[in-house]
Amino acid sequence: MADRNIQGAGIRIKNLYKIFGKRPSAYVDAVKKGMSKTELNEQHGHVLGLRDINIDMPAGCIQVVMGLSGSGKSTLIRHINRLIDPTAGEVIVDQADVCKMNQNDLRQFRRHKTAMVFQKFALLPHRTVLDNTVYGLEIQGLSREKQEEQARRWIGRVGLKGFEDHYPNQLSGGMQQRVGLARALTNDAPILLMDEAFSALDPLIRMDMQSVLLDLQKEIKKTVVFITHDLDEALRLGDRIAILRDGEVVQQGTGQDIVLKPADEYISSFVKEVNRGRVIMVDTIATQSGAPSATGGVTVKTGTILEEAAKTMTDANQQYATVIDDNGKPTGVISMNNLIQAMVTPISHLTSKAAAE
Amino acid sequence: MDWFYSFPNMNDDTLRNLKKAMDEGFKAFTRQYGDVIESFFQPLQYFLIQAERFMTTTPWPVMIVLIGGIAWIASRNWKIVGGTILTLLLIGYFDMWSDAMKTIAMIFVGTVVSIVVGIPIGIVMARSDGFQRMVNPILDVMQTMPSFVYLIPVVMLLGIGKVPGLIAVVIYAIPPMIRLTNLGIRLVDKDVLEAADAFGSSSWQRLRNVQIPLALPTIMAGINQTIMMALAMVVIASMIGVQGLGQPVLRSVNGQFFSLGLFNGLAIVGIAIIFDRVSQAYGKRLQKHQEVVHG
Repeated sequence: MADRNIQGAGIRIKNLYKIFGKRPSAYVDAVKKGMSKTELNEQHGHVLGLRDINIDMPAGCIQVVMGLSGSGKSTLIRHINRLIDPTAGEVIVDQADVCKMNQNDLRQFRRHKTAMVFQKFALLPHRTVLDNTVYGLEIQGLSREKQEEQARRWIGRVGLKGFEDHYPNQLSGGMQQRVGLARALTNDAPILLMDEAFSALDPLIRMDMQSVLLDLQKEIKKTVVFITHDLDEALRLGDRIAILRDGEVVQQGTGQDIVLKPADEYISSFVKEVNRGRVIMVDTIATQSGAPSATGGVTVKTGTILEEAAKTMTDANQQYATVIDDNGKPTGVISMNNLIQAMVTPISHLTSKAAAE
Repeated sequence: MDWFYSFPNMNDDTLRNLKKAMDEGFKAFTRQYGDVIESFFQPLQYFLIQAERFMTTTPWPVMIVLIGGIAWIASRNWKIVGGTILTLLLIGYFDMWSDAMKTIAMIFVGTVVSIVVGIPIGIVMARSDGFQRMVNPILDVMQTMPSFVYLIPVVMLLGIGKVPGLIAVVIYAIPPMIRLTNLGIRLVDKDVLEAADAFGSSSWQRLRNVQIPLALPTIMAGINQTIMMALAMVVIASMIGVQGLGQPVLRSVNGQFFSLGLFNGLAIVGIAIIFDRVSQAYGKRLQKHQEVVHG
């Protein structure tokens, strides 16, 4: 993972608390000692936004923060560029604590280290696509020539070539969000914050935009923080996923971790609806035993998802396949039976616990 | 039970003395500072005189072309330009040209002063709730206090003439400018503001790039209202010596000249309609990007 060409900067969120209300600092200690969200609300009229958030976001990865509405995910992402001030805790980017920056440093940090894409696009309606896209660079004070050069490149990359002189109102939602994405990318910041960026788009266009993002990420390798309420989207995009509920992280890990070992009832209820064949990799179900001789020469690489493995095997009309690593060494065997079983059996957090015991 | 049926008012002598003290105090203030205040408004008077001289000395055909040209640049609409020229021709034909030009000069200067003073006040008001709480009652007074009442101290300080008239016009016409600037900025979409912040805008960049442009339709409505209210003050301003279409109206009230009053009144209406249509069309043209092409 330690690629040389990683452009992102890691983000460490440490013991972050956010309480909304008139005197939030007065109640931090009580909340740290375990006062619940309802208690805080009923007895003191303050709302607990985030409780003890600890997330390590490695540089160059897509970190998804998933949660339903009211879980605090949008509040959390706004702490990274401090659009919301925390009540307690630290957000460390490049050894600097964002929460301790003064106004000027914070402005410089926002200009050069972060770029953000919004759920409701938040484009300037009186500016054309091109003028919207240059916004970040204009704020930085670059020459117009440089602004346009960068902007035109990214407008092309997100597929809006030819629309430079249109106004946002003349574009569809999907196209508007492409402008939002181009505006953020033109800023060329190491951190890309995406707040439910694709949630307002219809499903096909959303898939399309996810592909655009994944394609771009292969090249730009930024640290992307992606907020969503959609587990499928989280699993498709996220190198790592953190699941929030009522302002607390209930589970974090890779998509596989979450699908295979849901931490509680809440998460398993989500996971039930997921297309498992697209998430689980062959490594998880490969066994050392079995008959390597019977595989008939079909091989699949580690890290292949079940759906693809199944396709390879059915195309070759085989019941078994050998799993090989990057060097071509066999690491195990999968059978069509295991494969289908893994694709259809929903694992609740109870059965996964039982299996672990 | 006497106090129950007749309000126990202040002692007559005390009241008389209070009024006397206030009047004398203000007179003393006028004697002391009248000159200073007058010189303070000197630039305004210069501006006003220059505007009026330009409007009245420029030959009428040039003036018509000029005003028609401005109407075209602002509205890009031949109907509005045609209406403007026709109105001006009628005004000239009925021998009200010079008065109309004086009135237009007054309205123009009054509106410019209102914009220059009003927009910054509106901006500060939008940024500070405390300032808004302070300014709002003052605006209420300015809009509801009968204009004759504030004409008294203005005339006492500055005498009769153009500048006191202009001040009266501005006092009456500036509140919508301030209020609508404040409102427009406060109504700017919070999401867009957040985006501007997220990209690291300074507060000046935020104001220039986001707040003012997005508030512009409301601000334009404020300018339009200011123009209309300035025109409404023309007759009252004529009582303290402002020349223009207001004076013949005043004369016709005194002498019961129905036709004189009607012609000049209609000329004021005509000018009001020109200003209104042109400024509204301009405001609309600024909003071209709002036109939804995509369904």
